[in-house]
Amino acid sequence: MMPELYLAVAPYFGWDVVRDVQELLRYAFMQHAYEAGTIVALSAGIIGYFVVLRGLSFAAHALSHIGFAGATGAVLAGATPIAGLLVFTMSAGAVMGALGQRLRGRDVTIGLVMAWSLGLGLLFTYLYKGSAQLAIGILFGQIFGITSQEVAVTFVAGFLTVLALVAVYRPLLFSTLDEEVAEAKGVPVRGLSIAFMVILAVAVSEAVQVVGVLLIFALIVAPAAIAERFTTRPSRGLLLSAALAVLFTWAGLTVAYYVPYPVGFFITTIAFGSYVLARLAAPALTRPRKRGRELLAREEQLRHSP
Amino acid sequence: MARSVSPAIVAEGVAAAYGDRLIWRNASFTVNTGEFVAVLGPNGSGKSTLLRLLLGLQPPAAGSLQVLGKRPLRGNPQIGYVPQRRNIDRDLPVRGRDFVHLGIDGNRWGLALGNAASNHQRVDQAITSVEAQAYADRPIGRLSGGEQQRLLLAQALAGRPQMLLLDEPLASLDLRNQIIIAELVAELARANGLTVLLIAHDINPLLPIVDRVLYVAHGGLAIGKPAEVITTEQLSRLYDAPIEVLHDSHGHMFVVGLEAESAHHDA
Repeated sequence: MMPELYLAVAPYFGWDVVRDVQELLRYAFMQHAYEAGTIVALSAGIIGYFVVLRGLSFAAHALSHIGFAGATGAVLAGATPIAGLLVFTMSAGAVMGALGQRLRGRDVTIGLVMAWSLGLGLLFTYLYKGSAQLAIGILFGQIFGITSQEVAVTFVAGFLTVLALVAVYRPLLFSTLDEEVAEAKGVPVRGLSIAFMVILAVAVSEAVQVVGVLLIFALIVAPAAIAERFTTRPSRGLLLSAALAVLFTWAGLTVAYYVPYPVGFFITTIAFGSYVLARLAAPALTRPRKRGRELLAREEQLRHSP
Repeated sequence: MARSVSPAIVAEGVAAAYGDRLIWRNASFTVNTGEFVAVLGPNGSGKSTLLRLLLGLQPPAAGSLQVLGKRPLRGNPQIGYVPQRRNIDRDLPVRGRDFVHLGIDGNRWGLALGNAASNHQRVDQAITSVEAQAYADRPIGRLSGGEQQRLLLAQALAGRPQMLLLDEPLASLDLRNQIIIAELVAELARANGLTVLLIAHDINPLLPIVDRVLYVAHGGLAIGKPAEVITTEQLSRLYDAPIEVLHDSHGHMFVVGLEAESAHHDA
């Protein structure tokens, strides 16, 4: 298990020095990285659309931090980080989901749980005495250290995530947009809320491998937030969000192959840059002030014309 | 008499609880199929709770209740429901049309692969019936209160119900829009033979339309024709406030004091 974790930071230490020797090896890593990255981005982009629509960005962020305690705890207990990630995020997700609408606006509680989880993770890392590399890998992602076995696990988890979201798509959209009517129409609103957070927990645990606990916003929230600026159709928003997440991941991996800086930096930078561009270029729908100014100007003109 | 008299709602000795408090009891009344009933009463008297009982969202604390010939069951497709509205987020990236669509198949699992075309047609029909074609494709949060109310009504109609339960659909609308929406509901109900229960604070825009008025106050329910129930004595007693019913030269009634009372409570 550990060699992969060490290799996670290889790109920034030895990229140029042993280039020829590692070229072939690195090609295999790249393959794994692209495979895992794509499936992670797909599920992150799709679930991200609902995360943003349901106003749960902060909760999703917190979920990944809780995962940090789980991952470091698992390593300390001699298990793989992904097992700890899944157990901690899914349990926390189920609790958050049971709170349902009451989760909104609970920034203080969520923030405190988040900080405490990071603290726990810090303690586990200290007790493990392995090295800080372990923590850094979990915090910032370790996509270049992913094994073919982990790719397979990611593939199964990602497939299940997408399948589950497709199965609950309509009732989830209904209860997200119009909870009261959905409930009256027989949608199991509370059960869906729990199911959604558990699915999110799986997606977050997958995404941690690519961008790590701290950078998860780039894959789960940024693509969805951009998509929502360009379409008012849920089905298109969902697909656009998934496409953007894949695009960011591919672009980040590709740049990171040529430039010796961490892939997490590139993915987050591309996501952030795209978000800024989207805000500047967003269609009239999101620019009420500009339209307001135009309307006022026209009215003014009419008033002055005889 | 063109209207069928088979009952849409039969209540016998029904009591309703809110939390662990009984809010009204001994309610026995019948609403006939195709009737338009306005539900009035002070805030907190249990008007919305009555709708929750009819929707099967909570059981009666006592008594027996029949809706469209059956015990209330959550998810009954024969009931269209428009709950009391909070504000819809201005930036919600969803069209009014998508809201309407949820009224048809929002409670189904999986994807709608087979009947997408016929569903789109039904959505169009529902939007046309409330005359919302002009703005159905705009983000719903950007629409006016009256426009949103029309689309939410279309959502309830898209499920092709036999009964409409509307919780304060006229709240936060100006007087003109209150009258327009009230008349629209009445027209649609008449055209489709729907039974309507509509909760309102201000009875005035509804007076020309309603068949009967259901009052929820003082721990009980009372139902009657407007002329019987809407009298100065009755209303003042029900609301515990000085309320006057005026009659103009055309014989129209007008209730004074009720809006001020409700506005005071809402503030």
